[in-house]
Amino acid sequence: MAWTKFFRRNRRDDEAAREIASYIAIETDDNVARGMSPQAAHDAAVRKFGNATQVREEIYWMNTVRPVDTIWQDLKYAVRLLRRDKGFAVAAILSLALGIGANTAIFQLLDTVRLRTLPVTDPHELVVIHFQRGSKLSGRFSSRMPYMTSAQVEELRKQRLDDVFSGLFAWSSLALNTATGGEVRTADTLWVSGETFDILGLRPVIGRLITPADDRPGCGSAPAVISYAYWQRAFGGSTDVLGKTVRLDGTQFDIVGVTPPDFFGLDVGRRFDVAIPICADALLPSQRDRIASRGNFWLAVVGRLQPGQTVATATDRLIAVSPAITAASVPDGYTSEGQQAYKNNKLQARAASSGLSDLREQFAKPLFVLLAATGLVLLIACANLANLLLARATARQREIAIRLAIGASRQRIVGQLLIESVLLALVGTVLGMVVARALTDVLVAQLAAGMGSLFLDLSWNMTVFAFTAAVAGAACLLFGLAPAMQATALAPVTALKTGGRGNSEARGRFGLRKALVVAQVALSLVLLIGALLFGRTLYNVLTIDAGFDQQIMQVELSHPSLQPEDVVQLQVVREDLRQRIAALPGIADAVLVNNAPLTGNWRNEYVYADGKPEKALANFSTVGPNYFTAVGVPIVKGRAFSDADTLHAAPVAVVNETFAKKFFPDREAVGNRIWIEVAEGTPITKIEVVGISRDAKYGDIRDEFDPVVHLPMAQNSDGRMVRMLVKPRGRLDGVMAAITREVGRVNPEISIEMRVIGQQVRDGLVRERLMAALSAAFGALAGLLAAIGIYGVMSYTVTRRANEIGIRLAMGASRSGVLRLVIVEAVWLIGAGIVIGTAMGLGAARAARSLLFGLQPGDPLTMASAIAVLAAIGVIASYLPARRASRVDPMNVLRQE
Amino acid sequence: MLQGALDMLILRSLVIGPAHGHTIAHTIEHGSDRVLQVEHGSLYPALHRLEDRGLLASFWGTSENNRKAKYYRLTPPGRKMLAAETSRWEQLVRAIGQVMKPTTD
Repeated sequence: MAWTKFFRRNRRDDEAAREIASYIAIETDDNVARGMSPQAAHDAAVRKFGNATQVREEIYWMNTVRPVDTIWQDLKYAVRLLRRDKGFAVAAILSLALGIGANTAIFQLLDTVRLRTLPVTDPHELVVIHFQRGSKLSGRFSSRMPYMTSAQVEELRKQRLDDVFSGLFAWSSLALNTATGGEVRTADTLWVSGETFDILGLRPVIGRLITPADDRPGCGSAPAVISYAYWQRAFGGSTDVLGKTVRLDGTQFDIVGVTPPDFFGLDVGRRFDVAIPICADALLPSQRDRIASRGNFWLAVVGRLQPGQTVATATDRLIAVSPAITAASVPDGYTSEGQQAYKNNKLQARAASSGLSDLREQFAKPLFVLLAATGLVLLIACANLANLLLARATARQREIAIRLAIGASRQRIVGQLLIESVLLALVGTVLGMVVARALTDVLVAQLAAGMGSLFLDLSWNMTVFAFTAAVAGAACLLFGLAPAMQATALAPVTALKTGGRGNSEARGRFGLRKALVVAQVALSLVLLIGALLFGRTLYNVLTIDAGFDQQIMQVELSHPSLQPEDVVQLQVVREDLRQRIAALPGIADAVLVNNAPLTGNWRNEYVYADGKPEKALANFSTVGPNYFTAVGVPIVKGRAFSDADTLHAAPVAVVNETFAKKFFPDREAVGNRIWIEVAEGTPITKIEVVGISRDAKYGDIRDEFDPVVHLPMAQNSDGRMVRMLVKPRGRLDGVMAAITREVGRVNPEISIEMRVIGQQVRDGLVRERLMAALSAAFGALAGLLAAIGIYGVMSYTVTRRANEIGIRLAMGASRSGVLRLVIVEAVWLIGAGIVIGTAMGLGAARAARSLLFGLQPGDPLTMASAIAVLAAIGVIASYLPARRASRVDPMNVLRQE
Repeated sequence: MLQGALDMLILRSLVIGPAHGHTIAHTIEHGSDRVLQVEHGSLYPALHRLEDRGLLASFWGTSENNRKAKYYRLTPPGRKMLAAETSRWEQLVRAIGQVMKPTTD
């Protein structure tokens, strides 16, 4: 077949050459024999044979596969050309690698977080069931997916939804402590109902998985199943793990099996270590009996749809059964109007094929915005490349004209120019993949800081490959095709006549180059506006005044011995630990707290101002008497708590300024009373406001100041663990070790968890930091590319107009006049780009409004600075060519003509 | 020269025995009393084409005056093809002759 010949084509060509040489030699011999001189004989022989090269070529083409050979030749030629023009090649490949790499990295994250399906059987049949947005729910929300209470799940199961769902399961997740005392070592734990693994279609690697028999209400003991990763990490993948136990918050569980390697749980971005049946929650003293409590939202329910059912039909069915479910599951302590509102809540189904994730809620939008930004960067890079290639095409105009004139086909030349683009795109893509790998590593590390821990499977898959290939292909066409078409559009005669000089050159091509520069400026402005908006957003969140000292540590101690039933005993135990820690060297103060600002432990309740019928939500902080001095929140009116505010004294509260303004708009708060609405397990209490503290942030540093009620620890002995805020004098590292030692002296089995509040707050700002850093990088890159683009086009203009400028100078134009002439032309291009870019930037900023903090999308200062920066870049980039133009020696230029 | 005629002439000239390109050209030219002029631009590609189709085989040998030369010889399929071509050619000549001969005498 042709391919065997193809691979031997060079040998065959060689043979043809020898054959021709042999003919010439024999003919020469004959000629000599006829009496000619050797030279004349040889010449005559060559003449007689005719065009040897053509014969060889004809034989060569018989032996080859023409398109492959053409492409190979063009490729070799392209490599030679690029190697000759290293600067261009490096600039082109680098800008492509950055553009394609950034696009791939962001897409890969998006794919993992958002698009990929769960590694279970038929993930498309899975839906998650939860209350519709805007439902009236209150209670305790105590897991990562706090969608439903145990009572609601039980009522849902009673509804016999077999026609819609082939199975339903409930699950929950939280990190539990596996260590016995000392510093906390956490294991991400899944609570699963008995059917879970069966419905997901998972098989154990060894042992067995949790079954309905394990998950009976009131089970006295329960087995645990561990993940493949945890098996490898904690047990070295040994099979005798099946006899072992795992300790979770002090309770022992027997390990009975290991889940498949690719099953990470249902929560994308996390991985679970241990799974236990739901009934085992009652065995954990650290949880507050979440199964029996009717007001504790801690479960998520996932259903598998029957064949032929859809999310919509399932939702219809769920809405129909919602009244029956809510009527039978009203949480305790709701007022009659609260109950009425609760009973109107409706359930819905939502597709869960790609899992559930708080990561997704938080980052899907930023990732889409970033993907758009990287798309723009790539567009700018392509515009730049197209411009550079156009410039090269102009330089090669004569060469191309000559080739067209001596019979090269237009396709062949377009093909050859395109091959050059394909080569650039290929090399750029390969490098881009390296860039992508590095970038995703950085991104994941950043995200992990904000999430506590992050597990994402970022291996390459077909979707990502297809995306990268599509991006690279599109880029290649974008920057390669137009120049190639343009280069051959000119009639050879015209090209040869003008010879690349003079002013009769095709205006169309130059118009295209100018349009590309305008587009570049516009797109760069969009990215620059984005960079400034996100930069200022980060600045705004970093400089929020939290209202208190963030350099304090939260210390959490937990152990059964710290939870005596007797309230007085409890206070003694806590106070003893507090005094021990406060007395340590390096520690300025320690204060017992329960729900403290910005620690992630929050509580809110409905509150009435005395004598007013309307209620409103307020946040609660339960704190020791020295709280306000320790964390640096001043009392602006009245008094702070004192040691006299004991359990037997009158209940008191200190509220913040926002609370005072909201609940007592027209009277003095201090001295008045507030009522806390009955919530789970607490009686109606009337509390006297004794002081007003300055506002401080409570739940999230980005929130406005909320109304906060501070209650004294002594009167509110809620909570199962000892939690305190510790104010260090100086460095932190020694302090942490000292606390661990001191607590160990009391009881080595006490678990300790410590974190610096300010650090936790900063980690929580990962989204802002990520957006600011990446958009700054993209903005800078875009600015640089725009500068290169403007410089290139203006340089070209100057070269093209050298004659004209020479004549102007010869006729008496001033150098500064010429300078102005060129800069004014650049300013027109930049101005047009800025006008278009401002409009696009405004639109883009509006779309990203929810990611901004403390400024409006159309913030005039940001807009003005972005425009100013870009205008400055543009003018500087055009100044150099302009100066060159003004230094043209008119004699020199005119003599060359 | 007629389409396909060169191929036939090449096959015919090799009936006597193997020959190299120069001899083949010479044989055709002299055999036709120099009426037929062989274009080398067509001869060598034609030789390669025939070899590709398996009608000829080639080997490198030494020419009469001690030059390295590529020799071609007929293969069995080549002989068969020559026979077929020859009879087709004779038919054609006869047919043309009949048309060209004045029949009304």
